[in-house]
Amino acid sequence: MTLINISSPHVASDGDAGSMMRLVLLATLPGLLMLTYWFGWGSLINIIWAVLLALVFETLSLLLRGRPVGFYLKDYSAVLTGVLLGLALPPLAPWWVTLVGVGFAIIIAKHFFGGLGHNPFNPAMVGYVVLLISFPVEMTSWVAPRDLVDGQPALLSFSESFFQIFPVLTQPLVDGYTMATALDLFKQHQGDLIHQSVGVRAAFGYFGAAGWEWVNLGYLVGGLFLLYRRVFTWHAPLGMLGALLLLSLIFHGLLNIDSIGSPLFHWFSGATMLGAFFIITDPVTSATSLKGRLLYGIAIGSLIFVIRSWGNYPDAVAFSVLLMNFAAPFLDYYTQPRSFGQAAIYARKEKD
Amino acid sequence: MLNNLFNRLRGGIHPPDQKQMSAEQPITLMPFADRLILPLSQHIGTPAHPVVKVGDKVLGGQLLAEPDGHFSLPVHAPTSGVVIAFEDHRVPHPSNLTAPCLILAVDGDHLTLEQEGFDNFEQVSKQELLNKIRGCGIAGMGGAGFPTDAKLKPRSNKAIETLIINGMECEPYITADDRLMREHADDVVTGARILAYLLDYPKRCVIAVEDNKPEAVAMLRLAAAGSQVEVAEFPTKYPSGSEKQLIQLVTGKKLPTGKLPSDIGVMVQNITTTVGVYRAIIQGKPMGARVTTVTGKAIARPGNYKVLMGTPVAHLLKETGYDESKSSRLILGGPMMGFTITDAQVPIIKTSNCVLAPSLEEFPDPPVPQACIRCGKCAQVCPMQLLPQQLYWYARSRDQEKLQRYHLFDCIECGSCAYACTSNIPLVHYFRAAKGDIRTRQQQQQAAASAKLRHEKRVARKEALQAERDAKRKPRPKPDQAMDKNTEPGKIIASTTETIES
Ligand code: SF4
Ligand code: SF4
Repeated sequence: MTLINISSPHVASDGDAGSMMRLVLLATLPGLLMLTYWFGWGSLINIIWAVLLALVFETLSLLLRGRPVGFYLKDYSAVLTGVLLGLALPPLAPWWVTLVGVGFAIIIAKHFFGGLGHNPFNPAMVGYVVLLISFPVEMTSWVAPRDLVDGQPALLSFSESFFQIFPVLTQPLVDGYTMATALDLFKQHQGDLIHQSVGVRAAFGYFGAAGWEWVNLGYLVGGLFLLYRRVFTWHAPLGMLGALLLLSLIFHGLLNIDSIGSPLFHWFSGATMLGAFFIITDPVTSATSLKGRLLYGIAIGSLIFVIRSWGNYPDAVAFSVLLMNFAAPFLDYYTQPRSFGQAAIYARKEKD
Repeated sequence: MLNNLFNRLRGGIHPPDQKQMSAEQPITLMPFADRLILPLSQHIGTPAHPVVKVGDKVLGGQLLAEPDGHFSLPVHAPTSGVVIAFEDHRVPHPSNLTAPCLILAVDGDHLTLEQEGFDNFEQVSKQELLNKIRGCGIAGMGGAGFPTDAKLKPRSNKAIETLIINGMECEPYITADDRLMREHADDVVTGARILAYLLDYPKRCVIAVEDNKPEAVAMLRLAAAGSQVEVAEFPTKYPSGSEKQLIQLVTGKKLPTGKLPSDIGVMVQNITTTVGVYRAIIQGKPMGARVTTVTGKAIARPGNYKVLMGTPVAHLLKETGYDESKSSRLILGGPMMGFTITDAQVPIIKTSNCVLAPSLEEFPDPPVPQACIRCGKCAQVCPMQLLPQQLYWYARSRDQEKLQRYHLFDCIECGSCAYACTSNIPLVHYFRAAKGDIRTRQQQQQAAASAKLRHEKRVARKEALQAERDAKRKPRPKPDQAMDKNTEPGKIIASTTETIES
């Protein structure tokens, strides 16, 4: 008789960490599609390269740490880190940029801290920030979105993109394909009425930044899908987007400061939606209580707004996320829900 | 209805309920086993004292063992037969405990003692009814097996305002209470009325049923028509049948940690217990049998069986067509809170509501847990609003102080968190182990403290003796000094026992 001792409960819901990560991967597709449409093949090549690197680094780290490789690769967390970093990198970033970024993300940000579940900082964002600080030129050279300016050469073909990233046989192509993004311009033209500056208008699209608005829309669609599938709760995304909306409404709409973008501009430029639905929803590095997550989102949204408007960097998602990763345990500590039949912890402590 | 909206249960899960396998099977009598194994303490409290000896022929309903102490209950013969042994035997318990048992060889004649109940219970004094309930060995059939008469004597002065009969049966697979309510709705309602009488007619007397049992609700409503007893339906959600959650659903009150339901004027009784009370009072019958659901895909004829107390689980399995080769494990109770047994010879006792024999496809071996990714799913489903991910973290680092700060002892071990966990971590297993560790440490500390007390007492006694001798030797003693030393530790001992008992 097969009488074994197993602890209750004896049933479990379907799925595991791996299936959750796979859903997230799936949900990045609309955004990736838009990136590829507007900015060419570069992002796709970057992502494949980043995933390969992530798998190699993950395997190496696991081997070094003496962990079962196959088992941990199945959680797909390394793949996801690769994809997210790949999405965030400029489409024609040279191969070694990706290599350094992924290396930092997987080896330092993840395994140095003890692997999945123990990393206090979002690995992809650590990789991104390290790159932004180390290679500012490469990291801010974004391809111009398609059809933006009349007479502009078409987007690079797949092989052209490939050799731009891996300049093995040929020299990198001459510049001229990259341009400042709307957020960069926004920074450079602070104080001007930027919407009227000649030659700048082009970088702005219908409601956000040209091209970017569609990419952001893609992430939004993917994010809503994940919300629908209950991969995460609405708290953090709503907090972040809400804070951005509110602050830009106040400064742009109410105080009429024209150098600060409109709410739509903030929502649909740069990495806003990628951040709101794919970065700050990373469970490991965010707050875990619901109230904590809401605050976490609000804080990140506010930081993004502040850095975008008055800081030195054009976009701010990565910095804001890392800052708040740091604060997440405190948020959790102070937002511990009152458990059934208990007085709130801090209330009781005050009484003590 | 509006009430229900506000008292919504927070957290909770919707596991597949799998009740269809057995829900439509009417209660049928399980053929008697050859041997019954009757634990002398199948409830909390000290074992009962046997009043028969090996070789005695006994009748069904005859007293076999007398209670010893307040929380002890009598044991009766479920049917006629011969007492063949008193021995230690495995009993249903998560840690495979053995306990003193009486072994009865069943003769199959099923001769029973004439028994008398009360026709009109409202004319009988409460004490007499309580004595009868006690005499029939009725215990809480839901969980711990607490003697029902003791529960009915509220310890605080507060009057019971709400009596809740728990017909939720929220655990998947189990349908024993469902069938009892459908087939014996009158008995349930009468039992509820008896309980209401014993509790001085609470303002409300509610039979609470999950809305996945419409037939039971209909039958109960029919039976309760014209009486004070209400039948209330609640949305199906696990674990809404858990005591604290149920109290909140019905009354809107959250039972504060460390309080008993009676402290807030509520009492919850189980369906089987209620029917047991009915049988004891109206028919005068002790608990000789109970309805047990035998189900799972390794069982050929799943259903609800009236099983004699003490019937070995193996006998149930044999009679229901258990297929050993298919079975992945044997569970007593439901899939969420039941425990596995490794010895099918354990007997059915008053709290055995289900024997679950799932197949391997149904309950495959548990997957290897992955790392906790702090997704918070566990916290979202915890009906006690705990943070299982934090508890898990501290359980692994054995941080007992933090565990208590995060209210480990409020965990009702319902299993919702482990069910929902993204990384398949057996969270409840960790929590149980951590609770055990903390209890052990507290016991050790207590033991150390009382050893110290004993030592101090001995020293004091010696000194007192010495003082006495000195006093005899010397004409001018100092008795008050000696007295002081003598009484001081004694006082401490008295106060410690007090705190332990209260
Ligand atoms: S087992 Fe404990 S921690 Fe887990 S959901 Fe139930 S009450 Fe909460
Ligand atoms: S559900 Fe599991 S993986 Fe998610 S936070 Fe809870 S324990 Fe961790």
